[in-house]
Amino acid sequence: MAHGPQPGFKRWLYTTNHKDIGTMYLWFSFAMFFLGGIMALVIRAELFQPGLQIVEPEFFNQMTTMHGLIMVFGAVMPAFVGLANWMVPMMIGAPDMALPRMNNWSFWILPFAFAMLVSTLFMEGGAPNFGWTFYAPLSTEYAPPSVTFFIFAVHIMGASSIMGAINIVATILNMRAPGMTLMKMPLFVWTWLITAYLLIAVMPVLAGVVTMMLMDIHFGTSFFSAAGGGDPVLFQHVFWFFGHPEVYIMILPAFGIVSAIIPTFARKPLFGYSSMVYATSSIAFLSFIVWAHHMFTVGMPIAGELFFMYATMLIAVPTGVKVFNWVTTMFRGSMTFETPMLFSIAFVILFTIGGFSGLMLAIAPADFQYHDTYFVVAHFHYVLVPGAIFSITAGVYYWLPKWTGNMYNETMGKVHFWLSFIGLNVTFFPMHFVGLAGMPRRIPDYALQFADFNLIASCGAFLFGASQLVFLFNILRTINGGKKATAEVWEDADGLEWTVPSPAPYHTFATPPVVK
Amino acid sequence: MASESSYYVPEQSRLPIFATVGLGLTAYGAANWVNGNSSYLFMLGSIVLAGVLWAWFGQVIKENMAGLNSDQLKKSYVWGMGWFIFSEVMFFAAFFGALFYIRTFALPWLGGEGDKGSTNMLWQGFEATWPLMTTPDAAVNGDAAKIAGPNAIIDPWHLPLINTILLLASSVTVHFAHVFLKKDNRKAFNWWLFATIALGVAFLFFQVEEYLEAYQELGLTLESGIYGTTFFMLTGFHGAHVTLGTIMLLVMWCRSVFAGHFKKDDHFGFEAASWYWHFVDVVWVGLFIFVYVLGS
Ligand code: HEM
Ligand SMILES: [Cu+2]
Repeated sequence: MAHGPQPGFKRWLYTTNHKDIGTMYLWFSFAMFFLGGIMALVIRAELFQPGLQIVEPEFFNQMTTMHGLIMVFGAVMPAFVGLANWMVPMMIGAPDMALPRMNNWSFWILPFAFAMLVSTLFMEGGAPNFGWTFYAPLSTEYAPPSVTFFIFAVHIMGASSIMGAINIVATILNMRAPGMTLMKMPLFVWTWLITAYLLIAVMPVLAGVVTMMLMDIHFGTSFFSAAGGGDPVLFQHVFWFFGHPEVYIMILPAFGIVSAIIPTFARKPLFGYSSMVYATSSIAFLSFIVWAHHMFTVGMPIAGELFFMYATMLIAVPTGVKVFNWVTTMFRGSMTFETPMLFSIAFVILFTIGGFSGLMLAIAPADFQYHDTYFVVAHFHYVLVPGAIFSITAGVYYWLPKWTGNMYNETMGKVHFWLSFIGLNVTFFPMHFVGLAGMPRRIPDYALQFADFNLIASCGAFLFGASQLVFLFNILRTINGGKKATAEVWEDADGLEWTVPSPAPYHTFATPPVVK
Repeated sequence: MASESSYYVPEQSRLPIFATVGLGLTAYGAANWVNGNSSYLFMLGSIVLAGVLWAWFGQVIKENMAGLNSDQLKKSYVWGMGWFIFSEVMFFAAFFGALFYIRTFALPWLGGEGDKGSTNMLWQGFEATWPLMTTPDAAVNGDAAKIAGPNAIIDPWHLPLINTILLLASSVTVHFAHVFLKKDNRKAFNWWLFATIALGVAFLFFQVEEYLEAYQELGLTLESGIYGTTFFMLTGFHGAHVTLGTIMLLVMWCRSVFAGHFKKDDHFGFEAASWYWHFVDVVWVGLFIFVYVLGS
């Protein structure tokens, strides 16, 4: 146990170390973030002006599909798993993850799965073009042949997620240092425990739905074919039974990160710790009974519309509790505004905007108007970009000194923050307006009256994209040098991770610390 | 390093990356294969994957026998298996959910009932029944239909009833095996475990019989509309899980008989297999009720 890492590339292939694996997850996610980002820029370039100028409509569809899939499964989810790998064992005083070899397996599946997914771009008939929600029959009867590769790629990504989640649950339940009771765990650990549970519950359902597709396409079954007595709407139910919890999988760990950062820079303990735990659990529970809010317009009995409408609105209650707690934590704190804090404050404000537009969408009769317009695109980008992505960015700045032993460049961090903040709002805020005015999503052309806002949005997108290069540069610089970080890094930061030296040694807590 | 108190963290391992290669080839090969190309990659991948898993489990067993596994580490395996089974439960839940949705909502609507009954205009003359013997396609297009219904379905009170008895009995026998293992009665353990495996094999035999009957005599196939779809997907995945469970139990039996593995207080490999077995048993009870009895 005492040795360090092995030299050479074998270190990364054979490693069982949670820090190595966390690092690989984070770099993989960053690479996917840029790849998905380039696709987004292709979309925005095409939408810069009305009319068709840069890409064929067919290719445009492939870009929207691949952008969504890569960002959800390749960028956001692996980034959170990477952070969990690095931080959960250190936060609970464990020597490593509970099942270190399986941990390596969970990671290495991802590059294979995504190589397979991305390779569809070069296949005959092109890549999947049916949207990241791959509704049948677009994704079955009318799909390009590459859909089969998409299906199997999703299968192995799912295997990776399930194994990763099982590992995290086992680590949290079994590896806590003596004295680290459940209600003493940092919120990042709590939110990840609940996220892992969601993953184990819904990834198999995703596997189920792609299996049904596979059978319908190749083996003559009738799941989604009315001719045989099936129903394409069945696809949507099964998909969203996975899909809605999935969006919480992408936001609960973010809640945990922000709940770690805000107290540090407000220099006050988190307000309402236990209410945070209960709010997270209720959100997780509710996330299983709201899925059909994505299907209001597809048609349901009135009782269904009402049930899913009210259940969805209920989610705003625990979410509101959380926002209240973050704000109250900052209230009368001695705040400073280092980069992680800036990203976290922006998270609180902008995520809340996304929550509000979600509430608007939750109103079934109103959703008849909003559905499948850019308003929905604005909604989920507000929860995902300043939500999930900002929290990950905040977490990276917050823990980078612990990982590398060096302080990042604060000025550059702030530049990155402001460019991203402006870029994202310029990109996504106008989408609310064009959406409300009726611009449909996933279409490469649009009516002339939407031209101005689209031009603005496209400019914002390129600004946002470019500002991520600042982030990359800052990280590379920090890895290579910079002001040395102390063990504590931040003044009076709370948590076991700040009791070990910076950079954190290859093995931490070989003997468990005692938590009082 | 081997002390009881510290958690064993394996230093490095080649197993996972090879397992990844195996899984990656299997998945890519499978996609290639069902798209009408050769099956070589799939075969190669499965062999690699199976080989690596064999080596991997072997390694874990060796570590345990070398005393590397503390009680805490053993608990990680217990949690791991428990949550794995939960994920399997959710996989079946998706297919059961599909069956319920089709029966309770989709088919009646197709048949013209309720708010959404207007879909019946597309399939005039279609009547919703379960089991669905005449598909909407057949109702509209008669003999020209591409997806016609089955001629008959499986009678729950013959083979399925026998299979229910077999599987329920096997849950009892595997429990007895466990009881005797805990009493350190190796001989009885081996026999009860053997009985369980025999029951599992018998179940699979009858399941194959049933499928042959369905395909050859009843016209009940994967392609015979939504009844055949749900029937074969649910029972098929269950059958695949019984096969896997039987293999697991067989491996445990070989470990006990030929290698003398398992101690009365240390036998999680067997316990995990037996949990899995109880799980497939419970799924079967669900199938018997919802697919066979209430489906006929
Ligand atoms: C207060 C909380 C929230 C509410 C009430 C809410 C409500 C909704 C509703 C009703 C829709 C469907 C709109 C339509 O298609 O017509 C929707 C779409 C969506 N939401 Fe939310 N949402 C909330 C939070 C979130 C969060 C936290 C995320 C992710 C981090 C998220 C991600 C999405 C995504 C990705 C879609 C669009 C999926 C698609 O059609 O491609 N939402 N939301
Ligand atoms: Cu949702």
